[in-house]
Amino acid sequence: MSDTATAQPRTTGVGLPVPATPPARAYGPVTRTDFVRYQGASGDMNPIHHDEVFARAAGFPSPFSVGMWQASLLGTYATDWLGGPNVRDFRIRFLAQVWPGDVLTFEGVPLRTYVLESEDGREGRVDIELTCRRQTGDTAVTAWATFVLPLDASVGDATPEAGEQPETTEEQG
Amino acid sequence: MANPDAQGVTGAPFRLDVERGKIREFALATGAADAAYLREENPVVQPTFLTTTFFWQGEDSNPWSAVELDQQRGLHAEQQYTFFGEPPRAGTRLTCQSRIGEIYTKVGRRGGEMTFAVMYTDFHDETGRLVARAKLTGVETARPPVTGDATQDGASA
Repeated sequence: MSDTATAQPRTTGVGLPVPATPPARAYGPVTRTDFVRYQGASGDMNPIHHDEVFARAAGFPSPFSVGMWQASLLGTYATDWLGGPNVRDFRIRFLAQVWPGDVLTFEGVPLRTYVLESEDGREGRVDIELTCRRQTGDTAVTAWATFVLPLDASVGDATPEAGEQPETTEEQG
Repeated sequence: MANPDAQGVTGAPFRLDVERGKIREFALATGAADAAYLREENPVVQPTFLTTTFFWQGEDSNPWSAVELDQQRGLHAEQQYTFFGEPPRAGTRLTCQSRIGEIYTKVGRRGGEMTFAVMYTDFHDETGRLVARAKLTGVETARPPVTGDATQDGASA
């Protein structure tokens, strides 16, 4: 299926500095308004996600969320962490439905870092795994993503910025 | 039951204009805290933004119906977006085309045959460069999904 089958990029496992993993992000209790807003933004107007009568007629207790909504929340959790322009791959697996009133928890963990060498040059990469869990403990969505780690900037990022004060004890008076 | 002859069916090319307002709307609907999505003149799209093909893809450009998955048992199993460089920015005019990929069966964890079908959508920019590819995997379960079953294999397609 690939258009770039001729030159396979080479990857070399290398320990690269990764921006600190953000704390788990909680969202909710989720509402029908959340679903509708996402449906409007995405263009997926399947009534099963907002029409109570339709959802019940289909055998569900209520409308349930669009899987792509919680997947997209995982996406922005990841871009807030590693930078929107750096994303190169985002693969989502849908596992369980999300219902109005659910409280979701979004978490991520780096899996590995490496250098990718291709015709375009060398590029640092990090693969991460992302999870969206319901308050019941069920995993609703798992995603695997790849982000670029800027090789040059990564050194600069590790040092405090000029003007940033080291932590000191509070001054009195 | 899926139609195995659907493999290779290709839709007509369609256009998707990447718009700043749409990126902003998508950021607000998906909890983005990174202000770049809201403040930049030409922000990049979010990892899942290309799902907005919903607004651009017509019947002639969407070959998915050729797979003929049973609506009652059809679920969205996986979705993938691959970017061949930085994701497209607001102001980019994309030319897109969808095609049906592999169709295959597997035995589910609780028995019963599940049928999977894949659709690829390629996104090219104005220079003709392939900038992104979407991969949709749909599944038709052996039985209709059970209401409230937390261990089901997917969310509604």
